[in-house]
Order: sequence, then C-alpha cells, then structure tokens
Amino acid sequence: MSVSVENLSVAYRSHRGDVTAVDNVSFALADGEIMGLAGESGSGKSTLGNALIYMDPRMKATGGKVAIDGAPLPISDSKAMRPLRMSRVSLVPQYSMSALPPTRKIRKLITDLLRSHHVQDRAEVLTELRRRLGLIGLKDDVLDKYSFELSGGMRQRVTIILSTLLNPSLLVADEVTSALDVSTQRAVGEMLLEFRDRGYVKSVIAITHDLSILAQIADSIAIMYAGRLAERAATDVIVNDPLHPYTQALIASLPAVGVRHDEVTLTGIPGRPPSLANPPSGCRFRTRCPFAFDKCTDTPPFAEIKPGHHVACWKVSQEHAVTATAGQEQPAPVLPVEPVLPVEEQV
Amino acid sequence: MTTVKLNEVSKLYASTSRAGGLTPALRKVSFELAPGEVISLIGESGSGKTTIGKILLRLVQPTSGSVTFDGKNIASYSTKGLREYYRQVQGVFQDPFSSYNPIYRADRVFDLVRSVYFKGVNDRDWSAKLDQALDAVALNPADVLGKYPHQLSGGQQQRLLIARALLLDVKVLIADEIISMLDASTRVDVLNLLVSLKRKGLAILFITHDLSLGNYVSDRTVILRHGAIVEIGDTAKIFGNPQHDYTKMLLSAVPELHKKWQHTPLGPVAASANGQGANGRGANGQGANGHGSQGNVASGAVVATVEAGADADAVTALAHASMLDELTHAEQVVKRDLRAVFGGNRAVASGRSQVAVALEPPALHEFEPGHLVAEPE
Repeated sequence: MSVSVENLSVAYRSHRGDVTAVDNVSFALADGEIMGLAGESGSGKSTLGNALIYMDPRMKATGGKVAIDGAPLPISDSKAMRPLRMSRVSLVPQYSMSALPPTRKIRKLITDLLRSHHVQDRAEVLTELRRRLGLIGLKDDVLDKYSFELSGGMRQRVTIILSTLLNPSLLVADEVTSALDVSTQRAVGEMLLEFRDRGYVKSVIAITHDLSILAQIADSIAIMYAGRLAERAATDVIVNDPLHPYTQALIASLPAVGVRHDEVTLTGIPGRPPSLANPPSGCRFRTRCPFAFDKCTDTPPFAEIKPGHHVACWKVSQEHAVTATAGQEQPAPVLPVEPVLPVEEQV
Repeated sequence: MTTVKLNEVSKLYASTSRAGGLTPALRKVSFELAPGEVISLIGESGSGKTTIGKILLRLVQPTSGSVTFDGKNIASYSTKGLREYYRQVQGVFQDPFSSYNPIYRADRVFDLVRSVYFKGVNDRDWSAKLDQALDAVALNPADVLGKYPHQLSGGQQQRLLIARALLLDVKVLIADEIISMLDASTRVDVLNLLVSLKRKGLAILFITHDLSLGNYVSDRTVILRHGAIVEIGDTAKIFGNPQHDYTKMLLSAVPELHKKWQHTPLGPVAASANGQGANGRGANGQGANGHGSQGNVASGAVVATVEAGADADAVTALAHASMLDELTHAEQVVKRDLRAVFGGNRAVASGRSQVAVALEPPALHEFEPGHLVAEPE
C-alpha cells in the first residue's frame, strides 16, 4: 500500500485556542488507487490534503502518523518534507488555475522548479514533459506562453502535468475540476485516470465537493463531516448503498440528469455543520440526523461494517451487529484500516 | 403580461489583449421570458450567458438589438423609469460572499432597498414586509437579522439576497450561477425555492453551466455557444432528444452518479512528441477561416483510437478540450477581422465578409414544435 494515514489530527492555531480541523482520521491507499475525499465546505477535507504535503504556519499536526511506500512521512518537519515534495508527494492546489505565476513563461517556471528540486537530468525530464503534453493534446508551444495566455482548462492541465512530472507516489488533487465547464471537467478527470493507469502517479486523493465527479474517476470514496471521516467504501458502494445517514442525505440531494422538479422533489439537509472551534460531543452529525438517538452523544468508532466498508455511526453498527449475529457471521471488529481495493482490481 | 424580450441582441467587447480588436460576446440572440416561466441559459465560459444577464439588468448596453420589457425598450428609461424597472427586475449573482460588505451586518441590503423604494413605510409595516419576504425564502428572521455575513452560511446568504429581490415588486429574477458556490446539501433548497417562486408567477432566467441543475428547474432551455443560440426549446425536448452536436457533447460530459464515463485509454505516445503537433491540428490555415474549430475536432488532436464508436464520448470530451484550446487562435483571427471592419477598413465593408459570417449566428430551424436547432457552424 502506498499511503497509510493513522489517527491523524491537524489543528489550526487561533486566538481562542486550537481548532481541530482534522480529527483522528485513518485510511490507507492501495497502489494505483484513486480515493475521492468529499464533504461540505469547512469539513476539513482540504486541510487533510494539505497536511500531507505542506503544513502552513497556522497548522500543526496534533497526533497521528503518515507513511508513504512503507517509510514514515515527516509531515510536521517542513525541512525534511522538502526533498519529498514533488518527487514523493505532490499537490495540485485548490484554485490551481491561479497557481501559475503570471510573470514567467511556463518553460522557465518548469526549469526553475526542476533546479530547486535538484533534478540532475533535466533534459530527460523535459523530453518526458513534452511527451505528456502531447499525450493530453497540448502543443509544445504552451511552454513558451505566459499562464494568462492559456485557457482555464489548459492551465489546469498544465498544473497537473507539473505536479506529476517527477512521478510522485501520492498526488493530492484539491478541487481540480470545480471551476471548469463540464466538457473540460471531463477531460481533466480522464487525464487523472490516464496518469494513474500509466503510473505517472501511484495513488491519488481527489478532494472535491462534487460526488458525481468522484463517481466517475474514484475507486473509493471517503466522506468527511466536521473534521472526521463519516464513511469510506468502494465507489459503487457509496453511490448505490451508502450506510451513513449523512452520505445518504448527500446522495439524495443530487439532481440526476433528466430529473425535473415536477416529477421528483429533492431535499437538502436541514441545518448546517457545527463549528469546529466548539464541536458538539459525540457524533457530530447528530444535530442534523433524522435517526439520532441517545447513544449518539458518544463518539461512534470508524468501524469496518463490511469488508472494505467503514462507517462511523451507532445506528449502522448496531443494526449490522444484529444481522451479523443472526447470520452467524463474524461481528464487525474495529480494525485498523485497510485499503479498499486490492491491487489486482485496479487495472 | 409582463414579458421580457431580447430582439437580436449582439454585444462586442473590446479585447484587452495586445492584439486588440473586438470579441463578439453575443450574436443576435432573441428569446422571451414570460411570467411563471423558468428559462435556463446554458453554456460554457465565454458563451455569453452572463452578458445576457447583464444586458437584461441594463448593466451593459448591447452593441445592437434591443431588450423590451412590457413592449418598452429598456434603453429608453429615464432615471425614474429605471428605478421602476429595477423594482420589477432584479438579479442575484454567483458569489454571495462578495455580494455583501463584510463590515456591515448582512441585513443592510434590506435597509438600502428601503431607503430607495420604501421611504414612506413605517417600521412596523416594514418589519412585517421583511418577515414575509424571509418567510418566502424559508429563512427564520431570528437566524439572519442582525448577523454579519461571515456568520451566515452560503445558502443563507444567497436566500437573503433573493429575499431582498422579493421585497420589491419583482416580476423577473436574473439568477446568474446562484448555486454553483453552494454545498450540495444547501443547493437543493435554493433550487426548490426558485420552483416555488415560479409557481407564484415569477419569471426566472436561470443562468448555469450545470445541465442537471438547469434541467431540474426549468421549463425552457437555451443553449448558447460562442454567443449564439444553438438550441432552444422545451427543456424536456432538448434533454430528451438533443439535436445539435454541441448539446450532445455537453450532455455526454455531465458526470452522473449512476452512469460511468467510458474512458478510452489514450493511444501509445509517439516517440517524438513533436511529431504529434503536425497531426492535423495547429494548421493555421484552418483557423484563418474564422470558424475552423469544428474541422479541428474531426482531424483529431487526440491520438485515441476509436473502437467502432463505442467510446466516442470519451474522444469527444478530450477532443473538445483541445478544440477549446484551438479556439483562442480562431478567436484571434476573428478579432483581427473585426478590427478591420470596425476600424474603418473599407475593403471588407462590401459584400459578405468573413466577419459577417463570424458574427451572423447559425440559422435556427424547427426540429419539432417548441424545439429549435441551429445549423452546424
């Protein structure tokens, strides 16, 4: 498995004390797995992604371990992280369409980048760069352009190529499709698939609030709510058979193509996510959850209900415990998290 | 019947690039919006959909053509007439977070409306009116009044702005991408609000690039491409049986939860990446006819091999992305030609110049009753 995250907690320093934006999150990624990370604004999904690459001065890891390709990833030590960035872990940042500097041509930007990462054989990397540009249908002459001369979709694709140029083990792609038109969105989504298939990136965490994009490109989906993981499973399980009430409500609120208001009335989720500065005790979704009961004031464990399907919900684990005993199956153990997909199924 | 009507509205913007010239943002767009009707205006970035919204709100003057409201050209309004117009036609925009001044309380937007339109109304009547408007957008006054913008969620902010429009005697609402910045869980509430307003007789222009959202709320749909209408008609007919290639391409690219895209792996990369550049595209001669982008798609910028059309979708999407890249070039050519015309070059003034072709929208023909489709361009 290329990435494993165990009990990671990340907090922001603030005037009123630390705000824990990522709370005790555990997951693992198989080689070649694209994991979608979805949640509402403020759920901590971008914080989680950024923490794996770069902790800005306001952030600190308050617990947990991250390992990449079996070796620990020193996420709190920015100096030790520096040689690993771009080569082992890489980020396509949110708003990456504005990530390219306007005063440098793309070629200059890339050579600077390679020099600062002490890449020896720059000529070979540049040849590879041109090959990848050609692969996704961009002409070489984008290298001699300024970023503002490129369209939004071109900029997004150039940014992804830059981030993956040194074949990182983990790519964190933060809202890479959000600001794009549907057709460009699809091209960028397929580009991620293609880069994974070709081994340009080993595994990908795709952060977005758009579940329907994840349904297209992700192998597994993790749903985040108020700093914690609510549910994680293979994509078709999340889409067709979600167990956590939050996931179910999210899926139900999406209009499918062809659905009209006079046929089906969709419903949103009443209320809003809790403030992370002062989160409620127990399950954080309980104030909005139609199924909440007294046990929900305790924090539910992120338990493996079925193989590869983790849910943090008391109702689900109780129901499952009942069916499991009835069916003489093994009760759901609270296990350390394993990757959802075995490697063989990736291709 | 209060109807807003666009009559062959065109808009040219001066280009900001070094090459100069003019960019056609709208090309003779005509349609009308009736009370109790939701029209979704769908197109990609640069298709001119926001420009239509701005022209309807008289924030931008059309280069040619006119907008009439109740049969009266909105360009003819005096200051007082314009104020009356805004009493009936209001807009809500994409980014609620930048629609408020962060140093004032959010409900200041109501006070501003009051100071212009309801000077004579006493406090008690005003607060009753306010409660009524907030009720219409399903907001609890205690939750939102007296709060600062950062204390409200995006959905609440957006609904507050709609409530502000409802305070007025609004007949037409221009909703420009109003839910694209909202979370999925609150998105639907705003959509359903639009539906309930429509049932009360409001005319709504719902501008979006998201086809599934457009389909959910609208009665009629207008698909825009490069500033011209390519398909217009009843939403059910357009989504059920899209005719124009562009509409089909847009629909095929919409991500759906329960249907996977057919992803075609791209073909093996040529040893020399440069060799690909010559692969039919990039031939400048093609761009020079001003509307050569279609040809580039066919010639296949992408080296994907298509297996008996099974995965045609995937190829279309990737090829389309490349087509958009090509467009920058074609556009520049159009711009140059336009400059020749509008810069007073007499040579092109005679006859049907290439610019005229570029500006003239593709002709619409009736595919079935209530469903018009443009000729391929």
